[in-house]
Amino acid sequence: MNISLKSVLFASALAFASPALAAGTAPNGMPLADDQTFTYRVLDEHSSVDPQIVEDVSGSEIVRDLFEGLYNQDADGNLVPGVALSHTVSDDKLTYTFTLRDNAVWSDGKPVTAGDFEYAWKRLADPETASPYQWFISVMGLKNGEAVMGGEAPVDDLGVKAIDDNTLEVTLASPLSYFPLTTTHASTFPSPKWVIDEFGADWTKPENIVSNGAYVLTEHVPQERSVRERNPMYWDNDGTIIEKVTALVINDENVALTRYLAGELDRTEVPAGQYPSLKAEYPDQALSFPRLCNYYFNFNLSDSGPEATKDVRVRKALSYAVNRDIIVDNVLQGGQFPAYTFTPAATANFEVPTVDYATWTQEERDAKAKELMAEAGYGPDNPLSLTYLYNTSEGHKKIAIAVSQMWKQTLGVEVTLENQEWKTFLETRGNHDFEVARGAWCGDYNEASTFLDLVQTSSGYNDAAYSNAEVDQLLAEAKSMDDPQPNYTRVEEILAEDMPVIPIYHYAGVYMMSPSISGSWPVQNVEQNWYSKDLYKVVTE
Amino acid sequence: MSQGLSSFNPQQPKTAAMGERMAEVKGRSLWADARKRFVQNKAAMASVVILVLILLFAFFGHYLTPYDNETIDWNVLGNVKTEGKPSLANQHYFGFDDSGRDLFSRVVQGTQISLMVGLVGALIAVLVGTVYGAVAGYVGGRVDSAMMRFVDIAMSIPYMFVLILLLVVFGRSIVMLFVGIGLTAWLDMSRIVRGQTLSIKNKEFIEAAVATGVPTFTIIRRHIVPNLLGVVAVYATLLVPQMILTESFISFLGLGVQEPLTSWGALISEGVSTMNYGTLWQLFFPLGFFVVSIFAFFFIGDGLRDALDPKDR
Amino acid sequence: MLSFIIRRMAVAIPTLLVLLVASFYLMQFAPGGPFTSERPLPPQVLENIEAKYGLNEPTWKQLVNYVGGIVTEFDFGPSYKYKDRSVNDIIAQGFPVTLTYGTISFLFAIVIGGALGIAAAIRQNSWLDYFAVGITIGAQVLPNFVMAPILILIFSLWLGWLPGGGWNGGQWNHVIMPVIALSTSYMASIARLTRSSMLEVLRSNFIRTARAKGLPERTIIWRHALKPSILPVVSYLGPAFVGMVTGSFIIDSIFSTGGIGYFYVNAAFNRDYAVMMGLTILLGSMTIMFNMVVDILYAWIDPKIRL
Repeated sequence: MNISLKSVLFASALAFASPALAAGTAPNGMPLADDQTFTYRVLDEHSSVDPQIVEDVSGSEIVRDLFEGLYNQDADGNLVPGVALSHTVSDDKLTYTFTLRDNAVWSDGKPVTAGDFEYAWKRLADPETASPYQWFISVMGLKNGEAVMGGEAPVDDLGVKAIDDNTLEVTLASPLSYFPLTTTHASTFPSPKWVIDEFGADWTKPENIVSNGAYVLTEHVPQERSVRERNPMYWDNDGTIIEKVTALVINDENVALTRYLAGELDRTEVPAGQYPSLKAEYPDQALSFPRLCNYYFNFNLSDSGPEATKDVRVRKALSYAVNRDIIVDNVLQGGQFPAYTFTPAATANFEVPTVDYATWTQEERDAKAKELMAEAGYGPDNPLSLTYLYNTSEGHKKIAIAVSQMWKQTLGVEVTLENQEWKTFLETRGNHDFEVARGAWCGDYNEASTFLDLVQTSSGYNDAAYSNAEVDQLLAEAKSMDDPQPNYTRVEEILAEDMPVIPIYHYAGVYMMSPSISGSWPVQNVEQNWYSKDLYKVVTE
Repeated sequence: MSQGLSSFNPQQPKTAAMGERMAEVKGRSLWADARKRFVQNKAAMASVVILVLILLFAFFGHYLTPYDNETIDWNVLGNVKTEGKPSLANQHYFGFDDSGRDLFSRVVQGTQISLMVGLVGALIAVLVGTVYGAVAGYVGGRVDSAMMRFVDIAMSIPYMFVLILLLVVFGRSIVMLFVGIGLTAWLDMSRIVRGQTLSIKNKEFIEAAVATGVPTFTIIRRHIVPNLLGVVAVYATLLVPQMILTESFISFLGLGVQEPLTSWGALISEGVSTMNYGTLWQLFFPLGFFVVSIFAFFFIGDGLRDALDPKDR
Repeated sequence: MLSFIIRRMAVAIPTLLVLLVASFYLMQFAPGGPFTSERPLPPQVLENIEAKYGLNEPTWKQLVNYVGGIVTEFDFGPSYKYKDRSVNDIIAQGFPVTLTYGTISFLFAIVIGGALGIAAAIRQNSWLDYFAVGITIGAQVLPNFVMAPILILIFSLWLGWLPGGGWNGGQWNHVIMPVIALSTSYMASIARLTRSSMLEVLRSNFIRTARAKGLPERTIIWRHALKPSILPVVSYLGPAFVGMVTGSFIIDSIFSTGGIGYFYVNAAFNRDYAVMMGLTILLGSMTIMFNMVVDILYAWIDPKIRL
C-alpha cells in the first residue's frame, strides 16, 4: 500500500507547487487561500433543514449555517451575539428580554424581527407541527410550555412574546440558570412564516427556502450532497470568508478516508484504531479533541432485569473489571478519555469529582472485582452468565468484544454478545428486555445536567431504570442553584456507589482535516457547534 | 472448463460407440455412466479434492492451533499492524484480526459457518425451486399461471425486509439464516427450471411417454428432472457462492452470525475495511479460502453437468 | 401476443395489490416504529406526530387511506425519516439514477458476458476459452463490497483518474465505477450460462445434422445454435435486471450515488413505512413487467412455447 502514500504526496506536491495568489489575510494573520470552498463528509443523509423539525447532528450543522438564532457560539463555545445583541433578566429570574439587531434580514430582503422568533418557538411547541424536538420546549422551561405541547392551552399562551420588532420577551415557568445556552440550539432558530404558509412542507427545498443565516441552500441531492453558498443579504456578509460549503454523504468511513486522501474532502472522521498511524504519517492533518459525549453500559435494574445484576457487588465488579485504558488506548486509539464518572470532564463549569475507583490501578480494580464477585457467590463453580446488547456498528462491536473478554478473563463471566439493528435495539432496550446494554449521550447544551438528568427516575432515557430519591432531589435542586457543583459531585459519588451504569469513555472528535482549514476549526468547542462563517482557508506549504 | 481439461471430446464420431451402448443399455445405469465420466474429469476431481481439504480444514483445523477464536491477546490489540503479522514461529499462522484474536482459528470457524450456509441454503433453494418449477412448467395452463404469479409476487417482495423480519420476529439463529436465505433463492431457480421444462416438455420422447399413458408425476420424476440436471447443476454451483455472498451481505448489515462467531463474509468485510491500513492478511486469508472454494464449486458443477448430460449418451 | 399482454396486465394489478397488502402487514410485525429514537419521545410528542401522519388510525384504515392516496392522487405518502421530502420526491430523484447505471450495467453485462460465453463455447479448449472462463470466475468471486472499495483505491487514490463517489447528475466519470462494480458478477453469470448452454446446443442432433450437411460454421452458430442456446440466459435476465436495479444497496452506499437501492434497504431499517411501500410497489411492478418481457422473449425464441 506504499503506492498510495507516494501518489498522495506527489499529488499534493503538484498542488502546492502552483503559487497561490493571496486574496486577503485571514483573521490569524496568515494569507488566505484562493479557494474558499469547504467540503466535508457526513455519515448519513440529514433528516431535514427545517429548524423546528431537524433532529440529527448533520442536519443541525446545516441549519446553523442557513439560519441564525438569538445567540451563536464562538470557537470556545461561549455565547456571542447572533440576531440578539444582548439580554436582561428580571429580578425574579423568570423574564428574559432580548434586544435584537436592526440590520438582520432574510435572504429575500425582509427584516428579521422578534415576531419571527415568536412564530418559530410557538411553531416548535404547537402539537400540529409534530416536531420530534418539541420536548426542547420543556428543556427551555418556557412558561405554559407543557400545557401548549399537550394541546391543553392555546399556542398563544406560550411564554414568548415580541414586544416590538427588536425586542423579544421570554417568560419561564421557573428560574433556569442555563436558559440562554439553549438559544444556540437549532430548534430555537427563527423561521419565515410567509414562506412556510406559501409552500407548506416544501418550503425547505432549495428553490423555495428563505433563510437568515450566512449561507443559503443552493443544491440538495438526497443521499448524495447538499450545497450551501454565501448569503449576500446576511448582515455580516463582509465577515464571511468561506464561499461555498458542500456536505457529501459517504456511508462508509473507510471509503471516506480514501476519498479524503485522494483530495476530494477537506474533513472526514478517522476510523476507530487508525488515528496513531495517520497522526504519524500526516501530523498536520490528524486532529483529536474532546467532545461533549459519554459512552456507558446500562444494567437493567427494572423488574425484568436479571437477579444477578441487582446485586450492587456484581455491578461494581463488572465495572471495575473493565480496563478503560485498553479501550481508549488499544481499541479506539483516537485520544478518547477513560471514564469513571458519567459526566465528561469537558463539560463547562464542571469539576470532575474524585470517585475512589478512578484512583486505583487496574490491578487493584481487578483484585477488588474478583473479591466482590466471590462475595456475591459467583466463581468457577457458579459462573455468572450475561448477555450484552449493542447495536450494529464496527466501533460498538470492537468494544463489546474487548469488554466481554475482560469480563471472561478476569471474572470468568460467560458473556453472550447480541447485536441488533438500530430500531430493534432501541425497542429491546426501551422495553427493558436486556441484561446489559450499550448507551451513549451527547449533551444538548454545555452543562452537567444534560447528562445527569438521564439518571433521574423520570427521565425518558433512563434505560437502566435506576431510581434513587436522593439523586432526584439533588438534581431538582440544582436547576435553580447558582453553583450546582456540590450537588453534581454528590450525584456522581452516589453513581459510583450504586453503579447503575458503567461509564466507559468520554468522546473525542477524531478527524482528518485539511491543514488549510484546521487552523480555523473550533477545536475548543466541545459541543462542536461550528459555523462555516467563522471558518477560512489559509495558504499552506 | 471441465471438458476443456478432460480428454472427453463430444465432437468425435461415435456411431460405433452408440451402437455398443444401445446394446448394453439395460446393463448400465445412467448414474454409473455419469460417475465414470465425472471421475475422468481432472479439473472436477481436483476440485473435489480441494473441497474435501477445505471441509477437513473446517472440521479439524482447530486441532492445528493452540488458540481459540475469541481470546484476545492484549499485547497485540492496538498494535495489530506491527505485532499481529502472520507467523509460523508463534503459531499464529494467519496473524491476528483487528481485535487481537487469532485469525487462523477464526477462519476455521468462519469456514464452517459459510460452507454450511452455502450448502444448506443452496440445497433448500434447489429442492424447492426444481420441484416447483418442474411442476409448473410441465402441468402448464392455469396451474402454471397461478404458480408463476405467486413467484412474481414473492419476487417483488423486498426480500431484505423479509429476512430482517424473519431474523427479528423469530429471533436471530443460524437455522433462521438457512431458511431465510434458502427461501429467497428458490424463486430464481424455479423460473429457470420452468423455462427449461417448457422446452423439454415439447420434445418427442415426452410426447411418447404421455401417449403411452405414463402418469404425470412419473414423467416429471423420470424424464423431466433428469433432463434438467445439467442446468440445475450449473445453477446450483452459482447458488452456493451466491448463498455465501448473501450471508456476507446480511453480516454486512449486522444481521449475520453473532460475535464471537464469524463467517467468510464477515471476515472479508472486516478485511476490506482495513485493507489500506497495512493489515492486508486480514483480507487475504479469508478471501483466499472463499475464492478457492468458489472455483472448486464451479468446476464441480461443470463436471457434474457434463457427466449427467443425457444428450451425450 | 396483444391478448397475452392484456391478460398479464389484468393479473398484474391484483398481484400488486396482494403485494401491497402483504408487505403492509409484514411491516406491522417488525419491532420499533418510524419514530422510535435514541431518546424516546415523550408520549405526548409521539401522539402528535402519529396524528399528523394518520398512524393513530386502525391499521386497515391506514391501508385504505394509503391505497386511496395512490389511486386518486398518485401520492405515495410522506417520508417519516426525511421529513421535508415525499416518497414521490425520493423516487423522482433516486430512480433515474438507479435506472441509468442499472441499464448501462445490464447492457454491459449482456454484451460482454454473452460475447465471452459464445466465444468460449465456439473455441472450446482454446486459450480464449480458458481466458474467458478465468475472467468470469475471477469476476464472480470478488464480492461487490470488496471490489467497490478496491476500485476507489485504485482509480481515485492511486491513479487519480476518477472521483471516488457521488453522482453529479450522471456525469460519465461518476458512472464508470458503479457500472463496473455492479455488472461484473452478472456478466460472469451470463458468460457461464451462455457458454454451457451453447456447448449443449452445439452437441445436439440438429447441429450435427447441419454440420453433416456441410453448412459453414458461421451459419450454424448464428442461424441455428444461438437462438436455442440463449433460452436459459433469457430466463436469467429478468431476475438479473431487477437484481441490478434493486440490489444496488452496496453501490449506492459505497459510491454515494443517491439511487433507490440505499433508500430501499434503509427504509426497512428506519421503518420508514411509506418509502418502503412506495419502493416495493415500484420494484414490484418492474419485476412483473420484466418477467412478462422474458416470457414474450421465450415464446419468440421457442415458438413451441405458447403464451
